[in-house]
Amino acid sequence: MDKPFAITLDVGSSRANKTGSWRTERAVYTNRMPPCNDACPAGEDIQGWLYEGEEGGAGYEHAWRRIMEDNPFPAIMGRVCYHPCETACNRGHLDEAVGINSVERFIGDEAIRQGWTVAVTAPPSGRHVLVVGAGPSGLAAAYHLALLGHAVTIKEAGPMAGGMMRFGIPRYRLARDVLDAEVQRILDLGVVLELDAKVTDLDALRSEYDAVFLAVGAQLGKRAYVPAGSAAHVLDAVDMLRDLETGEKPLLGRRVAVYGGGNTAMDAARTAKRLGAAEAVVVYRRTKDRMPAHESEIAEAEDEGVLFTWLTTITQVDAGRLVVERMELDGAGVPQPTGELDELEADSLILALGQETDLSLLEGVPDLVVQDGVVAVGPDMMTGCAGVFAGGDMVPFERSVTVAVGHGKRAAHHIDDWLSGTAPEPVVRPALATFDTLNTWYYSDAPRAHRPVLDRARRESTFDEVVLGHDESTALLEARRCLSCGNCFGCDNCYGVCPDNAVLKLGDPKAYLIDLDYCKGCGICVAECPSGAIQMVPEEI
Amino acid sequence: MPFQEIKLYQAGTFVAGNRLLDPEQRSVQARTGRSNSLTSGHRACQGCGEALGARYVLDAAMRATDGKLVAVNSTGCLEVFSTPYPESSWQLPWLHSLFGNGPAVASGVAAALRATGRDDSRVVGQAGDGGTVDIGFGALSGMFERNDDVLFVCYDNEGYMNTGVQRSGATPPGAATATTKALGPEPGNVFGQGKFVPLIAMAHEIPYVATATVAELRDLEYKVEKAMSFHGARYLHVFVPCPLGWRAAAADTIKLARLAKESGVFPVFEAEHGEVTEVSRIRRQVPVEEYLRPQGRYAHLFGDPGRPDVVARIQARADRNIARFGLLGEGDE
Repeated sequence: MDKPFAITLDVGSSRANKTGSWRTERAVYTNRMPPCNDACPAGEDIQGWLYEGEEGGAGYEHAWRRIMEDNPFPAIMGRVCYHPCETACNRGHLDEAVGINSVERFIGDEAIRQGWTVAVTAPPSGRHVLVVGAGPSGLAAAYHLALLGHAVTIKEAGPMAGGMMRFGIPRYRLARDVLDAEVQRILDLGVVLELDAKVTDLDALRSEYDAVFLAVGAQLGKRAYVPAGSAAHVLDAVDMLRDLETGEKPLLGRRVAVYGGGNTAMDAARTAKRLGAAEAVVVYRRTKDRMPAHESEIAEAEDEGVLFTWLTTITQVDAGRLVVERMELDGAGVPQPTGELDELEADSLILALGQETDLSLLEGVPDLVVQDGVVAVGPDMMTGCAGVFAGGDMVPFERSVTVAVGHGKRAAHHIDDWLSGTAPEPVVRPALATFDTLNTWYYSDAPRAHRPVLDRARRESTFDEVVLGHDESTALLEARRCLSCGNCFGCDNCYGVCPDNAVLKLGDPKAYLIDLDYCKGCGICVAECPSGAIQMVPEEI
Repeated sequence: MPFQEIKLYQAGTFVAGNRLLDPEQRSVQARTGRSNSLTSGHRACQGCGEALGARYVLDAAMRATDGKLVAVNSTGCLEVFSTPYPESSWQLPWLHSLFGNGPAVASGVAAALRATGRDDSRVVGQAGDGGTVDIGFGALSGMFERNDDVLFVCYDNEGYMNTGVQRSGATPPGAATATTKALGPEPGNVFGQGKFVPLIAMAHEIPYVATATVAELRDLEYKVEKAMSFHGARYLHVFVPCPLGWRAAAADTIKLARLAKESGVFPVFEAEHGEVTEVSRIRRQVPVEEYLRPQGRYAHLFGDPGRPDVVARIQARADRNIARFGLLGEGDE
């Protein structure tokens, strides 16, 4: 070939120069564990469904289906979950945590409005599982077992399904049409629900089924000995809330005292206000910051005019009055009596001192271990008796609807493994996406949207839902506040910032490839990834 | 922000792409069809800010001119690492002559295109700070003064990095280079010297002058596109950190550019016909120390006992920029 004067080589592209050979470290796309997912007792992929929801439109249904993989109650969760996800949320370090719970509620409500359903795609297994108790744990287990192809029968002692979601959580926190809709969706999968079917002798029954999941909950109010005069009016909070649900209005009088500091105590006091009590006062033996009730419940109770008497125990109940004793905390934070007595006017006293489980049905079941009034289970949720699993409030864990739902899911998968004789797949939890793995420069400044609440006047006299839902645009903006910690959200920044064009964009969102022929290993893509979804890994040299 | 900022879309317009935006609203760099004017295989150091800046600028200019673009390059890193004979990384018509005559050659190319009736083709001249601020400055001033139809881009990495990190007229005070050692009572480059060419360009009252950094891609692309909407002489000064010359981590290139802007060390603005028309306000202000500390060229300011007095003088310069250009005030929050 004729070349110009003094030219001896053909021109060529620098692409012949594979600068990837310079590299000592390479960039690798990764998935870290978002703190919300890490904290979710029900094991939801929160970052994953928020990502879907951020799309808006059809994204809501995708998001809903992602939630439903783990939890059959999005709309209920969006009302009653105490959202440990938000406590863990990295955005809390930036401005305020993402309102995950409010977005979940919007998506759950949207599913009910649109009538989205799930279907069983697994072939029938021919196995039949008995679930005892139609509370959150039992229903969740039944849902997952049904999806896995098993026949499920739920035996529920009460007249309606829902357990504590119906008989413990008042309707101003969880509207009953929402509860009914989400329970019905589970029954529509072919789950058989037998109501008023209290199991009294499990041992006789268990041979009829291939496996059993126990989720009878804890609905016996704990008794504390309080000397009471004959005219004293003392009720149990759990009984009162249950009676209210079955149509009986308890007579409480004008001034109501509630003894205890948990969520049930808050619910009892707030219910008393709604039933017409002029004054509802919570008597608690420790201080406010030591109350086991959730912060939001305390705040809502205070908003509604519920009064609190801290560091106080009740020593005697008489008609119209309580004798109370002042307490003080010792060095270890344990309340100690001071001997200082006082009187408190109260027409009735509601005891909310915690709940216990009625374990009488377990008599005769071999190898079952009961400790401190609850049933011991292994990491696979199985009790000492082979084939009998247990979860929810009757096993030794924190008691909440979300924990119970998580137990139901875990138990269902372990029951499935046990029935098929396979070992459970080892759970690999990726490293946590901590705040310092993020490059928060890139996130828009976006203050959190808080849900509207019902007027105080209506809260004091009706059982209408107190916390209202977001409209679509607010829910969408809230979803988009998610930082997508530890997981790619398709922002193209890595593709944009590579000085060597060594990040290839494959077209679909989140589809990128590091071109190792040219990647020099500078690490800019890692440093400038907003969500910390890329990491540097040393090359083997 | 002079460009249309899109808020509340998770990462808004801070990132290159953002899947939640319409494709038209995404940056040129986020597109699969970007021209990659400077392709892979170039021999720039790991994390080179100049290579990144050149691709950002030229891809945006290619898009604005529908691919009808000629680039003229002065000597410097950008020429050396991209075109070792017989290879070239350039994927557009590209011309190199000498260190000092880049602006003049660009003027000539623009004149030749006009003379041959190819008015639809546009010219970009480009150089590092050595070729712009020092060696090519006379030719550049002439190009401005004649209002030749050229966009001249300076990739400012604040020194002669290609030849071994010597001081240039754009090296900031206090910075150590091979010729301004961190020695003596006034270590590093002296205060009171050097020049800021964007202001000199404005003094020529040319149609368009702008500054930008590699940390704000959207802003940079907007300015290139805007520059290509003018005819006549235009000047774009892009701040491009140099991991080698600044003795900084390769991964910190964009971070340093961001900190330069957020500390007020480098003012980001645009001007038309000699008047400042827009400034990019500081979003999250930081003290200059945060910008200086990751750079080895300032390490002598932070040893034991360190030179807080020198840091304070650098802070005073940043504060002067902030006051002079109005970099604070209502941000985009």
